[in-house]
Amino acid sequence: MPDVLELEGVHTDIGQHHILQGVSLRARPDAVTVLLGRNGAGKSTTMRTVMGVLPPHRGAVRFEGRAIHGLPPHAIARLGIGYVPEGQGIFATLTVEENLRLAMRAETAECRERMRRVLTLFPDLERFRPARAGTLSGGQKQMLAIGRALVNPTRLLLIDEPSKGLAPIVVEHLIAALEAMKRETTVVLVEQNFAMASRLGDDCYVMDDGRTVYAGSMAALAADRDLKQKYLGV
Amino acid sequence: MRRVLPFAVGAALLLLLPLAAIEPRAWLTLTVAGLAMGMLIFLVASGLTLIFGLMDVLNFAHGALFSWGAYAGFTVAVAINGRWGWAASPSIWLNAGLLMLAVAAAVAVAFTLGVVLERVIVRPVYGQHLFQILITLGATIVLEELIRIAWGPNDQVMPVPVTFRGSWDVADVVILRFPVIAIALGVSVYAGMWWLLHRTRVGLIVRAGVENNEMVQVMGHDIRRYFTAVFAAGSGLAGVGGLMWGMFSQSVRPSMGGEQLIFAFIVVIIGGLGSVTGSLVGALLVGLSYNYVAYLVPKAAIGVTMAIMVLVLLVRPTGLYGTGK
Repeated sequence: MPDVLELEGVHTDIGQHHILQGVSLRARPDAVTVLLGRNGAGKSTTMRTVMGVLPPHRGAVRFEGRAIHGLPPHAIARLGIGYVPEGQGIFATLTVEENLRLAMRAETAECRERMRRVLTLFPDLERFRPARAGTLSGGQKQMLAIGRALVNPTRLLLIDEPSKGLAPIVVEHLIAALEAMKRETTVVLVEQNFAMASRLGDDCYVMDDGRTVYAGSMAALAADRDLKQKYLGV
Repeated sequence: MRRVLPFAVGAALLLLLPLAAIEPRAWLTLTVAGLAMGMLIFLVASGLTLIFGLMDVLNFAHGALFSWGAYAGFTVAVAINGRWGWAASPSIWLNAGLLMLAVAAAVAVAFTLGVVLERVIVRPVYGQHLFQILITLGATIVLEELIRIAWGPNDQVMPVPVTFRGSWDVADVVILRFPVIAIALGVSVYAGMWWLLHRTRVGLIVRAGVENNEMVQVMGHDIRRYFTAVFAAGSGLAGVGGLMWGMFSQSVRPSMGGEQLIFAFIVVIIGGLGSVTGSLVGALLVGLSYNYVAYLVPKAAIGVTMAIMVLVLLVRPTGLYGTGK
């Protein structure tokens, strides 16, 4: 079985800046692969490169063995890749329900059934269904962002810093939701919260200055104080 | 609903304010003319606001599409009237038929031109405002000169169907007929757009795209396809606006689009980028104040529109209905 996602020597520029300078990683099927690293290491840029928002100028991105770099973002999404961006990317002027409907790649019976499940999974979303998404709290917005990724059948889910700016109690809810998700699909997770990352992660990569500098199992990294100190300063 | 009541009261007060200086019958005539002018500007501005809001494209060629729509409708109206005399006929059905065919021609020509413009000159300059301004201004010059070559440089008289000419006399108040038609058209276009934007999936995607088009793409929607459609539909509306303006002023001239474009841009700024409702409110505000002031102090008319824009920007920098993107 091929890796769900594979990046090989990926280089990406933003404007004049050479942000990614050789990112290589693999995400195994049905595992959670965590991407760690300091601010500005290139984690979010890696996610945006996979989604085709920032096409790489060198290297390869493969999804289930097929090269996808060079495809436009909408085509990449339609392969079955869900993306929860940093800062959630909620449409504040649309209602909660409209946000969910918009996320459906097509309004099929299956997607509607999945939407019902999302609304049972996150009762707050059901309660605020006709409200504008901009009026939700930070935690509710994150639930909506994740709920949006769940309304489609997804083979790979990219989640960028879901715990950012959330209260600890909300982070607990989030971890529970993500644990439910990891049973269904392959996940690549960018996370600064090390406790959360080590609870969810199977494999892990550490990025620094636009490169992947460490690859290994999450448990091994969590157990190794020197490595943590070296790459993450924790 | 909570927001509607204070708004309605404010609107009513604004409408009645000029009564202090204008005698009631003239006020009514001016109000009808102002609403009509507002609705015609709305036709132009609503397309502009979506094009601007959705893809961040500054389309200065929108005014040229207005002129092309006017001339296309004019040509059809002249041809039909010349052969069968539908405009001069007392039959309301033949009159309406002429108007419909002229509108259809205006939409068809402006829509087609819109598709070509978007594909050929706008696509290569996505995300580059300076180039957008330069290339669409260039297109405007070319399109305007083509009008001069095809139809001549001078003003020409637009045949207006008999039914829509002149006025109704309601209790001593003169109500011009054509403005009433223009208002009805504006209201139905707004209703249609509202339905399309708020009740259909395409509208949902367009509204989301106005707020954050990258996010719409990573959800699997091909925003460019929607944008071509919005651009073409906006162009079609500009064309109808041009034709109606031609009938309203009973003439067409090659530079008519450029003059209206300024109003349309002001309205887009007042209403807030990407908001169709904002465009409607802004257009009515501009149309009414222009007419009231033009009656009282003719020279200050354009100045007042600018003043409204400045005032709105001071109080709400994102425009009345803008999301502050």
